[in-house]
Amino acid sequence: MASRILSRRDLDFMLFEWLKVDELSARPRFAEHSRDTFDAVLDLSAELATAAFAPHNALGDTNEPQFDGERAHVIPEVGEALRAFNNSGLLSGAMDEEVGGAQLPHVVDRACFAWFQAANNSTAGYAMLTAAATRVLLAFATERDVERYATPMIEGRFFGTMCLSEPDAGSSLADIAVRAELQPEGTYRLFGGKMWISGGDHEMSENIVHLVLARAVGAPRGIRGLSLYAVPKYLVEPDSSIGERNDVALAGLNHKMGNRGTTNTVLDFGGGRYRPGGQAGAIGTLIGEENRGLAYMFQMMNEARIGVGAGAAALGYTSFLHAVDYARTRSQGRPVDAKAPESSPVPIIRHADVRRMLLTSKAYVEGAMALVLYAARLLDESETGETAAERDRATILLEVITPIVKSWPSQWCLAANDLAIQVHGGYGYTRDYPLEQFYRDNRLNPIHEGTHGIQALDLLGRKVRINSGRGLTLLLDAIRSTAARAANSDEFAGPARTLTAAAARIEEITALLWADGDPKAALVSASSYLEALGDVVVGWLWLEQVIACGDRDDDFYRGKRLTANYYFTDILPRIHTALDLLEARDQTLVELDDSIL
Amino acid sequence: MKIIVLVKEVPDTYGDRKLDLETGLAERSAGEVVLDEIGERSLEVALSFADKNANTEMVVLSMAPESATATLRRALAMGATSAVHVADGGLSGADLGLTAEVLAAAIQRTGFDLVIAGDLSTDGTGGVLAAMVAELLSVPHATSLSSIEIDSEIVTGIRVTEDGTMQLSAPLPAVVSITEALPDARLPNFKGIMAAKKKTFETFSLADLGVDPDASESARSIVIAVAEKPARGPGLKIIDEGDAGDKLADFLLQNRLV
Repeated sequence: MASRILSRRDLDFMLFEWLKVDELSARPRFAEHSRDTFDAVLDLSAELATAAFAPHNALGDTNEPQFDGERAHVIPEVGEALRAFNNSGLLSGAMDEEVGGAQLPHVVDRACFAWFQAANNSTAGYAMLTAAATRVLLAFATERDVERYATPMIEGRFFGTMCLSEPDAGSSLADIAVRAELQPEGTYRLFGGKMWISGGDHEMSENIVHLVLARAVGAPRGIRGLSLYAVPKYLVEPDSSIGERNDVALAGLNHKMGNRGTTNTVLDFGGGRYRPGGQAGAIGTLIGEENRGLAYMFQMMNEARIGVGAGAAALGYTSFLHAVDYARTRSQGRPVDAKAPESSPVPIIRHADVRRMLLTSKAYVEGAMALVLYAARLLDESETGETAAERDRATILLEVITPIVKSWPSQWCLAANDLAIQVHGGYGYTRDYPLEQFYRDNRLNPIHEGTHGIQALDLLGRKVRINSGRGLTLLLDAIRSTAARAANSDEFAGPARTLTAAAARIEEITALLWADGDPKAALVSASSYLEALGDVVVGWLWLEQVIACGDRDDDFYRGKRLTANYYFTDILPRIHTALDLLEARDQTLVELDDSIL
Repeated sequence: MKIIVLVKEVPDTYGDRKLDLETGLAERSAGEVVLDEIGERSLEVALSFADKNANTEMVVLSMAPESATATLRRALAMGATSAVHVADGGLSGADLGLTAEVLAAAIQRTGFDLVIAGDLSTDGTGGVLAAMVAELLSVPHATSLSSIEIDSEIVTGIRVTEDGTMQLSAPLPAVVSITEALPDARLPNFKGIMAAKKKTFETFSLADLGVDPDASESARSIVIAVAEKPARGPGLKIIDEGDAGDKLADFLLQNRLV
């Protein structure tokens, strides 16, 4: 039976037929790899996700972590799955050989990890956070901290977290108040509370290394005064053994709507529950330089944002596969033109409205997966492109589309989760089917790692303007270039023209919004801008996919073409509602008297 | 200790399995092909032994079409030391006798202390291959073992039968086959996948092994006819008009179901 977790056929198409990932083997960094190793690691991921992650997805949801007043307890299946994941070597797959990695291209690594996100996003969350924290340490920490923290994380013995938010500073990192006091021996003691810390406490690893954004005593206010510290749950002795308990206390667990298998914690740093060295204060070491913490953390955040988009795409994809399978096997009702009661009911996939929901979902989930894998391919290009110009182009392009990679799947694959519930009817609304869990799990993604609104501000306020708008120019040029390649196609000349026109309109409206340089007026409808440009970018990648289909014509390729056409005729036109709003420069939301709400 | 593990690429039992109605051969393109699970368990027996015995060499051996390379690579990624692949167009449709002859020739060439095989493949389901290979190698065999202990001089195990259990042992060199009672195989890991690329992978033809598939002195079984599985007929609905029990009993008797 075909997997309902992800479609290997579609991943193979995107990786090898469209993105030509096997060609990366010609580059020195990937010289040890070939299609054989890519296939083997994709097989391994599918197998491990199916055998160790998927079976406890519902169990983790119905048995959320418990707080006993001191520590968090997680069902044992989560730890077992993560041990299997760590033993597989997948955590460090894309990392350098010298730190124990396998130098797998990011794009293959991303496709591999999507299996785990689709199978069990909660359990996969611990691995995602650990991998991201490890990369920050490898990039910016001292040799000593790499040795005592990053190495055991790569080995799967320690897990990692990212501690940004506080009870009064979530989206607004400028207001972070956790205080770091320099100690005579060069370490720091941290004091204050952190909120929404995923993976912040559990008993599944020997240690947890928290990467904490905090403000050194005397540092400037705002984001320029933030530094990054490595703060372990247990101190690590000079001989690398586990030492004294650090003053990082679990103050409570947040009880969430979804992703319940991932502990989400309130952490108290330096509250005195534990007294390392005989006094209160969580002991940590500075990562990199003082007051540059946010820049370091954003390395992790950018990776995490692509990871969030990938998780959203994966959760949408699995619910779509469940919906198709259900619609094929569930018989109910008769065709509108053959309703004789003595005739047999037909599978619901024959009904036009069910097909509408399935085709819309297919357009969303395959479009989102294409977007995520394209972003990961850009990351490879930015690191290993053959010329400096190619690397620079990929870096800027990735910067520009990162808010879209985070937000578009989070918005529209959640819509696919919603449609999958609808396809299942009443059954989809019950806990007997996994669809409602997929929806609840995915509902987190428009919120965390920078909300939808924050991504919109980032895109319109910063990303399309960096380097005097070079990022947007590169993006629109890439879109026009693809449209030009499809211009002579019988089937896709129309969509190519549509895309070219949309790119022109985006360009005009971006200039219009910033014509007077007033950020308040320009950004008032930033979310509409994010959504419209996101739709255009995904339309572009749909066109890229159908070009990659060539003249092949089995069910798979016909499915790609039909879905691309559907995207252009039934989905993309909605951008004009958003673009009309932006063009009108409507200021209702700026001028609103909030007493009327 | 040199252990030869016999593995086989088979159509995935969870996917579509079809016979070519003209040749009577399995259509490999009809669905996914995988390393037979019982072969993976055989490899796990060897790997578990190697975990505790450093000087163990594990060779995976398969007689399979050239396209089966990936499944042998998987066995290497799981931890086998090297692979031997016997691939030859003349082996298409080989019966058990020819298969055993080819495998025995390859094993002779490679050298061995112990051969481990599954008791029954999921496609051919012959169930006698291990014994045939042992006979050709002129070594003892202990088949259908549900537990196994390997020592430097002897292999022992338990065979479960309908009436009880049998304790078996065979001095090495020997051939054993195991059942699904033995543990699942470990998954490959990333290091194994990368290491597999550098492991020895030998490919032999029939000529290399000196085996003639058309040798007239050996009896060969051939497929003389193959037909589509009959379509499933409509069910019989018995409506209870006071006599449903009788009708049901008649149905069972007529169809010799009781």
